[in-house]
Amino acid sequence: MSTLDSKIPEGPIKDKWTNHKNNINVVNPANKRLIDVIVVGSGLAGGAASASLAELGYNVKCFCFQDSPRRAHSIAAQGGINAAKNYQNDGDSTYRLFYDTVKGGDYRAREANVYRLAEVSANIIDQCVAQGVPFAREYGGLLDNRSFGGVLVSRTFYAKGQTGQQLLLGAYSAMSRQINKGKIKMYNRHEMLDLVIVDGKARGIIARNLVTGELERHSAHAVVLASGGYGNVFYLSTNAMGSNVTAAWRAHRKGAFFANPCYTQIHPTCIPRSGDYQSKLTLMSESLRNDGRIWVPKNKEDVEAIRSGKKKPTDLSEEERDYYLERRYPAFGNLVPRDVASRAAKERCDAGYGVNKTGEAVYLDFGSAIMRYGREKANVLHIKNPSDAQIKELGEGVIEAKYGNLFQMYEKITDDNPYKTPMMIYPAVHYTMGGLWVDYNLMTTVPGCFAAGEANFSDHGANRLGASALMQGLADGYFVLPYTIGDFLANDIRTGAIPNDSAEFLEAEKETKARLESLVNNKGTKSVDHFHKRLGKVMWDKVGMARNEQGLKEAIAEIQQIREEFYKDVFVPGSSNEFNTELEKATRVADFIELGELFAKDALERNESCGGHFREESQTPEGEALRNDKDFAYTSAWEWTGNPSQANLHKEPLTFHDIELKQRSYK
Amino acid sequence: METYQVSEISEHMSFLEMMDVLNERLITEGKEPVAFDHDCREGICGSCSMYINGEPHGPDRGVTTCQLHMRKFKDGDTIHIEPWRASAFPVIKDLVVDRSAFDRIIQSGGYVSVNTSGNSQDANAIPIPKENADLAFDAATCIGCGACVAACKNSSAMLFVSAKVSQLALLPQGQIERKERVLNMVDQMDTEGFGNCSNTGACEIECPKGISLDNIARMNREFLSAKV
Repeated sequence: MSTLDSKIPEGPIKDKWTNHKNNINVVNPANKRLIDVIVVGSGLAGGAASASLAELGYNVKCFCFQDSPRRAHSIAAQGGINAAKNYQNDGDSTYRLFYDTVKGGDYRAREANVYRLAEVSANIIDQCVAQGVPFAREYGGLLDNRSFGGVLVSRTFYAKGQTGQQLLLGAYSAMSRQINKGKIKMYNRHEMLDLVIVDGKARGIIARNLVTGELERHSAHAVVLASGGYGNVFYLSTNAMGSNVTAAWRAHRKGAFFANPCYTQIHPTCIPRSGDYQSKLTLMSESLRNDGRIWVPKNKEDVEAIRSGKKKPTDLSEEERDYYLERRYPAFGNLVPRDVASRAAKERCDAGYGVNKTGEAVYLDFGSAIMRYGREKANVLHIKNPSDAQIKELGEGVIEAKYGNLFQMYEKITDDNPYKTPMMIYPAVHYTMGGLWVDYNLMTTVPGCFAAGEANFSDHGANRLGASALMQGLADGYFVLPYTIGDFLANDIRTGAIPNDSAEFLEAEKETKARLESLVNNKGTKSVDHFHKRLGKVMWDKVGMARNEQGLKEAIAEIQQIREEFYKDVFVPGSSNEFNTELEKATRVADFIELGELFAKDALERNESCGGHFREESQTPEGEALRNDKDFAYTSAWEWTGNPSQANLHKEPLTFHDIELKQRSYK
Repeated sequence: METYQVSEISEHMSFLEMMDVLNERLITEGKEPVAFDHDCREGICGSCSMYINGEPHGPDRGVTTCQLHMRKFKDGDTIHIEPWRASAFPVIKDLVVDRSAFDRIIQSGGYVSVNTSGNSQDANAIPIPKENADLAFDAATCIGCGACVAACKNSSAMLFVSAKVSQLALLPQGQIERKERVLNMVDQMDTEGFGNCSNTGACEIECPKGISLDNIARMNREFLSAKV
């Protein structure tokens, strides 16, 4: 397994997918009934794949750790889903969506995969509407679109601020129909703890029933991992509390290469941390940057006065404010891409201008937008010489109509009224572009083990554009995997059911059992969260938005230290054969610690700034991110050799035939 | 019933973060933590399910427990926390209940029977009046948390079931299976042991997503016209 074969089909980019579908193996309908597929995860990718595979006739077993497949974290996506429908007649096309996605990913994605994603995007919308997904509509009854960061057309379909929820419930309903028919067997409150390999092929999993604590051996002809991203390696992120890397990491330890672990998306507009007890961070939609202006005080004295409560932000005059994005990036201003906005906020806070008690917050101010909209509205209503108070009231009405639910959410969490005082925001970990390495068929380096959605290293390169994750999850699950998995399964029509009591299964079960027992018998003195928080702090401080060689080397040493202490001193109450939430956390954090080290190692190796990843040694004289195409135009795929520090690096060169590589500039 | 005392609680903490503080302390004391369901902690996954001082998701309106903040309580308050109360939601451990009855109701008909297809008709082929699309969306925002059942003196699941029936009845895609859907879903709801609706309206007040009682009225009409 030393060379990576991405299996990209021959031919012009626009024909690759069609040619590939015409040429790969297909399993006939009668034989599909003889084949079992395990799907781990029930989000957009896993839910869509489970439903589609079951419709085709395969016997599907789907696993989720939540109490219902409807609660997978895809449900929390707010903004929307991209599709090249060109309903707005603004010149959108498959090529344009492909181009925007490759460029937005800072030229670190695989061209052929991205083109396929753009190609099937339109089918996704058709499919969802047919399922009864209630997208936003115009008064004429047709679908509405909006625009998102980094693009020049309106191609984002949405359902208010709950697009992810509606799409997931669409996939969930399609799954429910197959569960009712008996074609999907659903395992709620089950967590995959190991991948089982028989004769070099992925043939099943070891799963723990989280209610009884029992370990179960499940066999199948192929295993699909759709287990999401690993943002919780930072402890604090916008991910759900249960989101974890364990399924992907266990596959990695069994031979699946892990690609680009250091590519993380840090989202600029999240509600800042309020204290050490904080358990998670809440995102405020990117759309707010259309009207909000981001600033910090110009003078340190004002910063101090604000922190101590002697001054309010509204006391500061225009001259006393530093609208640093408008200052640094006059062309794009507050609408620079996510990575740029995040770094700029960190730069100001590191320099001591953060405006809350922790020093990690900047203002997102709607004051001028309120006045601007208010004056417009006064004109429309023919109000002559309106007072400032009148204008403000009218403007607040307009802002409420546009962002009302977000403003309400902000007020519920912070107890501050964002109509009267600027919001405080700070960047937070949101999405991971890295993941299991997959070929064009979405198969990992372990034959028969597939990865879909955020769990694979995906199509987003080094930075993901808004509204692209939902598109990729559903594309993989509905339209890619159901075809490509057949190419592998066509060899299994005579195999018969895979026994779950072979030596390989029993061995994997034994190992898992031993792992769980050692955790509960450890009887140390510190909670799992104690170690998770420490890991998160190292990751955020030294492997987060800005990194350098020295910091990364320190981080690796510190993570190794945390790992050692974890196994010496962690305390997991209760036993392994019962409902035990602390044990669940312990297995996840143990894997996060190993992943964290590989993450830092990957970041150290990639001595260039690209996408959300800023390497301090690689910047322009003006301090902007500097990509290095000569040395780093490749995907890093790491092979497990027994320890993250000894992982082997394999490189998949990225070649661009249809797009010219350019340095991004937003000045 | 167990009573715990917690101190150093900030008003900015969410209710679940207060529970985290309690659990962290119990673990350091070598005790087992209190089990509760939670996941997204931003009010959309529907996992959290505590019955707080006699109300599902506590005293605030339009929020789930994860979005409830400690500023809604006073220093020194004694807070009573119970799991969802309904025989159709058996307790698994502490505050964790089994809500798989909701999944089985959806499985009995809460979908449009279309397979995944790369050639289904264009999404704009059937215009849908904005008013209906918006009403369908409002019904579809149900997060399946079960607060409606917990709030109801009869443990009725009518608000939950009617939200799905309404969403699909309001859309052209849902018309073909309209009759059998409502009959099957109501039948499954009864089989699971949920109670009847007596139009009290507690479910609507306690619903974190503001699902309207109108949906129940709509489902009753759907049911009646499917029966006759």
